Amino acid sequence: MEGLLLGVWEFVVGDDWRTALGVALALALTALLAGAPAPAWWVMPLAVIVLLALSVRRAARAAARKGQTRG
Amino acid sequence: MSSAEIGLALSVFLACAVEAVEALTIVLAVGATRSWSSAMSGVGAATLALAAIVAALGPALTALPIGVLRLVVGGLLLIFGLQWLRKAILRSAGLKAKHDELEAFREETEAARAVGAKHAGFDGYAFTISFKGVLLEGLEVAFIVLTFGANQHRIPLAAASATVAVLLVIAAGVAARAPLARVPENTMKFAVGVMLSSFGMFWGAEGAGASWPGEEAALLAIVPGVLLAANVMVWALRRANDAAAVAARAVSGEAPERATVSA
Repeated sequence: MEGLLLGVWEFVVGDDWRTALGVALALALTALLAGAPAPAWWVMPLAVIVLLALSVRRAARAAARKGQTRG
Repeated sequence: MSSAEIGLALSVFLACAVEAVEALTIVLAVGATRSWSSAMSGVGAATLALAAIVAALGPALTALPIGVLRLVVGGLLLIFGLQWLRKAILRSAGLKAKHDELEAFREETEAARAVGAKHAGFDGYAFTISFKGVLLEGLEVAFIVLTFGANQHRIPLAAASATVAVLLVIAAGVAARAPLARVPENTMKFAVGVMLSSFGMFWGAEGAGASWPGEEAALLAIVPGVLLAANVMVWALRRANDAAAVAARAVSGEAPERATVSA
């Protein structure tokens, strides 16, 4: 069971848990605003762009640290 | 067909085609090197396993209340899509090695030859490698078929789109009798990443209770918006990498090289 859950986690989340956490927090904020009630649709587009940019930056920095050459 | 249904069919088709191209390379390598009948048995067994997964999970997912379904499945699709998109951005910027079917075919062929003598009749190696290759590539497609299909209660449409993609790739593979190295895999993966992220964002927000301006028509702004943001990131990475390479060359006097992350 533990192996299965680990496999599902690896499959969906992969090596970037911060992005998964960010998506969960953004959805929670959306739900909070929608329940207020207040306009909430803008949260996810903003979150996606910020999370993607941060994720790409982390990966690019990791690549620079490794200093591998293009294959 | 609504814009969401067109998006569903297109996303599943592209994702399935690109994964099928990769699976085809593996099957061709072990089939040609060891045993076609055993390799095809592996393909059949994996296809049955994938069909069983979709058949079992599809009705279970569509039985969930639509709000819960969109929140959970939309969120998962978004997380999954952002992974695809990040890798596609890194590939486009030259920071991650692109998938090369001819190289993958060569590696699989060498591995199949290194195993040793072929067995008469059933070949366990050819069966296992084909089964594993098709199952692993197919699981991503099954996930996309289930999440897209369940969110719109159109799993048959998603499954049909996936089937058409697989049949086209098989037909192209039979005609070419070689790995489909000229298929623009990386461009297709970029497009799939954009679609998964866009639809995941749309459904996730709806499931959380938000109302999109224009409802489903908002997708006509979301998809180009994500595409634009991703292209801006590619441009910024290329620029930063080129500037770093020029600076490194100025310091050391050596030819610039781009750093990459492992595939």
